[in-house]
Amino acid sequence: MRIRPKGSEIVEGDLTPMIDMTFQLIAFFMLVINFSDVEQDQRVKLPASELAQPPTAPYEHPYTIHLTSTDRYIFGGRQWNEIAQLKSALLAETQIIKRHTNKKLADVTVIIRADEQAKTGVVQEIIQACQELEFEKFALRGKQSDQRTIGGG
Amino acid sequence: MRIRNTEHRERIVLQMTPMIDIVFQLLVFFVFTFKIILPEGDFNIRMPSATSSASSQPSETPLLTVKLRATPSGELARVQLGEITFEGEAPFGQLHAAIREMIPDDGGPASSDQEVEIEADYNLKYRYTMNAITAITGYLDEEKNRHKLVERVRFAPLQKK
Repeated sequence: MRIRPKGSEIVEGDLTPMIDMTFQLIAFFMLVINFSDVEQDQRVKLPASELAQPPTAPYEHPYTIHLTSTDRYIFGGRQWNEIAQLKSALLAETQIIKRHTNKKLADVTVIIRADEQAKTGVVQEIIQACQELEFEKFALRGKQSDQRTIGGG
Repeated sequence: MRIRNTEHRERIVLQMTPMIDIVFQLLVFFVFTFKIILPEGDFNIRMPSATSSASSQPSETPLLTVKLRATPSGELARVQLGEITFEGEAPFGQLHAAIREMIPDDGGPASSDQEVEIEADYNLKYRYTMNAITAITGYLDEEKNRHKLVERVRFAPLQKK
């Protein structure tokens, strides 16, 4: 049997649809990308509230404290189990404010991002620790909800 | 004038490979940096420490106390507003209705001078506390307009575990 020599035709796939799609994807991601410095932590699932509203003006140098469902404190990228450790980290921050700025601690907002399963008492402990360090303004963070969260009424 | 024979002109082949390379690099970058950010909002409260609270403005209206009682597992057992107890179906809805009876807002966006203190059990899950704050501080009407009820909310001194 004679084997025919194969033709040397180059099979060219049509790349146009793939490139179209890829550009569409790039355009989508470019539009939705957010480079803003939002203090979020995926370990915290915030409680929902229809009244939680984003601040009208951004806070001036706020401190954000996260509290996970397992009562772990996260502040400044570090994690602790004990409130005393969080308090000493906050104390170090207050020293910086007192030495290098002329701001009052009472005007600094402490944002508390507590998990919906966290204990209310632990949230109160955070507030109490902050109060002992002379912080007065607190923002309890919740996730915005379109649904009515309190029911009835 | 002589017309050149164009049939033998070289075919220009566009090099697609570098473009596709860079396009995929961009795509991978955007895919990895993509993060869905859920809208978040705040409840602002001003709570000076007990020692300095004497200097804060006293309210002319008597302080209302909302007690949130928890089961051993941290679920909500009951809600109390003063002497009134709300249990069963939608206790926070009932609390909200009671607050609206006490503080008439006439459908306007006005808020009252009334101060409310929340006294919650230590182990109560935080979402219930957030619900209580929502019920106390205001509501959204049918047109999603925000109405404020009580702006001055604070926590009672911490109870021991």
